[in-house]
Amino acid sequence: MSTTSEEALRAEVRSWLEANWDPERELVAWRNLLIDAGWGAPTWPNRWYGRDLSPELAQVVDQEIRRVGAVGVARAGPRSLAQAVLLAHGSDGQKEQFLRRSLTGEDTWCQLFSEPGSGSDPAGATTRADFRDGRWVVSGQKLWTTSAHHADWGLLLARTDWDKLKHQGLSYFLIDMRQPGVEVQPLRQMNGHASFNQVFFTDAEVAADHLVGERGGGWAVATTTLMHERRGFDSFGAGAGPTDVRPGRTHAQASAEAATALEPYVWYPQRTGRVDLVLEGARASGKLDDPVVRQEIAKLLSLAKSVEWTARRARAAQAAGRPPGPEGSLGKLAASLIARAAARVHTQIAGADAMLTGADGPLEGLIAEILVSTPAISIAGGTDEIQRNIIAERVLRMPKEPSPDLDRPFRDVPRSVAT
Amino acid sequence: MQFSFTSEQEELRSVLRRYFEDTSPTSTVRRLMETERGWDAADWRGLHDQIGLGGVHVPEAYGGLGLGFVELGIVVEEMGRALVCSPFFASSVLATTAILNAADETQKAEFLPKLASGETVATLAFAEPNGRWDVEGVGMTARPGGGRYRLDGVKSFVLDGASADLFIVLARAPGSQGSQGLSLFTVRRDAPGLTVQPLAALDPTRKLARLAFEGVEADLLGEPEGAAAPFARTLAQACAMLASEMVGGAERLRESALEYASLRMQFGRLISSFQSMKHKQADMLLEVELAKSAAYYAAAAADDDAADFPAVAHLAKAMASDTYLQTAIHTIQIHGGIGFTWDNDTHLWFKRAKSSEVFLGDAAWHRERMIQTWAA
Ligand SMILES: Cc1cc2nc3c(=O)[nH]c(=O)nc-3n(C[C@H](O)[C@H](O)[C@H](O)COP(=O)(O)OP(=O)(O)OC[C@H]3O[C@@H](n4cnc5c(N)ncnc54)[C@H](O)[C@@H]3O)c2cc1C
Repeated sequence: MSTTSEEALRAEVRSWLEANWDPERELVAWRNLLIDAGWGAPTWPNRWYGRDLSPELAQVVDQEIRRVGAVGVARAGPRSLAQAVLLAHGSDGQKEQFLRRSLTGEDTWCQLFSEPGSGSDPAGATTRADFRDGRWVVSGQKLWTTSAHHADWGLLLARTDWDKLKHQGLSYFLIDMRQPGVEVQPLRQMNGHASFNQVFFTDAEVAADHLVGERGGGWAVATTTLMHERRGFDSFGAGAGPTDVRPGRTHAQASAEAATALEPYVWYPQRTGRVDLVLEGARASGKLDDPVVRQEIAKLLSLAKSVEWTARRARAAQAAGRPPGPEGSLGKLAASLIARAAARVHTQIAGADAMLTGADGPLEGLIAEILVSTPAISIAGGTDEIQRNIIAERVLRMPKEPSPDLDRPFRDVPRSVAT
Repeated sequence: MQFSFTSEQEELRSVLRRYFEDTSPTSTVRRLMETERGWDAADWRGLHDQIGLGGVHVPEAYGGLGLGFVELGIVVEEMGRALVCSPFFASSVLATTAILNAADETQKAEFLPKLASGETVATLAFAEPNGRWDVEGVGMTARPGGGRYRLDGVKSFVLDGASADLFIVLARAPGSQGSQGLSLFTVRRDAPGLTVQPLAALDPTRKLARLAFEGVEADLLGEPEGAAAPFARTLAQACAMLASEMVGGAERLRESALEYASLRMQFGRLISSFQSMKHKQADMLLEVELAKSAAYYAAAAADDDAADFPAVAHLAKAMASDTYLQTAIHTIQIHGGIGFTWDNDTHLWFKRAKSSEVFLGDAAWHRERMIQTWAA
């Protein structure tokens, strides 16, 4: 553990940025500089581009980077899942091949877990991977895969053994999305965007050294992925925000990236409910004078504040070396409550205008986008019901759900979709 | 801002947890709640002499411990958890805080040491039969004369009013309105013209009284007609403390519901294995944790005199009001028929949840206050 003090760190980052930040640098070259200095991923281990800093201290680094208006490394989207999985389970060769390129933004990633027959229950995957002639051959279908249409690589959960129990026949792969056996079809969502896709695999190939962990050990790696996903999803994680437009080549290239690789996420801030817009909106529409609306606004703000404070309690406990609490699932559940309450309040504030979208709608359609995007938050990344199961079983130690799928080879488990 | 307790604070909590488990089992709560005064003088002395809870947030110069609202919050949270029958909230929280905020040095030296030692039991008399929790609702008048004042009017919902020795009373100059003309006074229990009438409280663990004043002689506390600000501060701090007390009770209820569900069998399985029970418990955990975060934040904000105080005190009280009652409702539901019986202990906390929901203002009232300061 590093014991760098906050001030010393701030000074170090500041002088490094003074010496190195140049808005005319090529984006990838700039990010490589950041990575080499250890400022790209300061919480990562020393050996892998990081400085072993605590999350609190890493914030200091981010603050300084933002302060000078420099571009940071690529972090948004499922690449953060790939990074977490590689750090926890990847071989040195895999880390070598993928970690740096994920931070520079050269590679983008997608998460290939959900299928037509298995969503809440990703361990029920029926996409198959068979080892033939020194490589893995993949066939099957994935569904709801965000960013698959832009992704270079995928985190794939597939079945390698049908005669074992459900969780024991799974393996975890890094699959090249740009190959003939992979077909991606975008799906249109209820909010009009098409961020997720269905993905068909027909004898797609995976190199032998792109198996993560052991053959048959895929569920453990999947669990790491899901835990990180919940944490990142919940309102305790940093939200993706609009990026300012600034002069310089580095910024121009970063905006181009935002317009393509990050395009699937433009509506993500809206699915949180955008509590930040509430008071301003209520003031502008005069609804702040309506005591009924004021009650709902106050409820929403109280909820959002207490969720934030709960997250800070959890982080403080962690920093004090106490074991992590149930905050992952609590946070995701809380995020759903906030999003729903916010959608209700935005509707009250907008009044009849809540029926309008696009240029006719309040805030140029932003409110409409909130109203039709918030339903995603209680589904994506594990539904509210699944979070409640997790809290009840893992935190409160209540009995597990009956599981008629766990006492027989996966081959014989009842499924709603034929394979 | 503090987001975790220090090891000393955790230690305080665990000492108190054990002490109240020993001294305030529900058999004791049930015995005391049937008495008229509602608390036991020996227990009250024990709080001061055995575990030294006198004057938690009173400076050492006045015989207190010199700690803050965070520590006081831990004390009342543990008391709320064990439903301790005691005039602690009335005397050590409400009255003491009012004196700390309003009194001059001489008055502090006169009152605080006796309050801190437990020798005097005081309470705050501010609400009136109109049931308003804001100072605008105060109608009691104070007429000056001969260096003292004469109070006329009626105070109601006075916590432990029937057993207190000393009242801190809020009254106004005749003809004044709103937050103008308000002063605080001290009145002894035996003052001529004062009639104390116990009220029949829905929550038998929290005794309330009505005090009728007819030309009662009173001494000014603090600045003449300058009570509005110190009193508002007192109420906000008291709300943060009541929220702490309430989350202590809510957590205890949540745990008892989980314990019961883990013993009771129906349809050949534990009721805790039914998903609707599991999901209810998950929601209860989330709600109680959120309310705890709000109460802890408000206590820390009171100590730091943070910019978002008193808004966060209103927030914490509103969250606690909703959460405590909702948790109590769930807990009865999870117990089924036995949860509706007198013998089962759940109703003791249910009634405390109900009285605390309303005491010092209900959730909607506090939300309105919060948004007024927040949006200003
Ligand atoms: C915007 C969006 C983006 C997504 N992106 C990705 C992605 O990039 N990669 C990926 O792999 N997946 C992705 N998903 C898929 C997501 O993880 C699944 O939709 C989700 O886990 C639910 O699975 P399902 O849709 O199959 O619903 P089902 O699992 O069929 O659930 C239907 C209903 O049954 C309930 N239910 C199921 N099991 C239980 C149980 N044990 N107890 C109680 N209730 C239960 C659910 O809560 C739900 O209400 C995305 C989804 C959305 C909405």
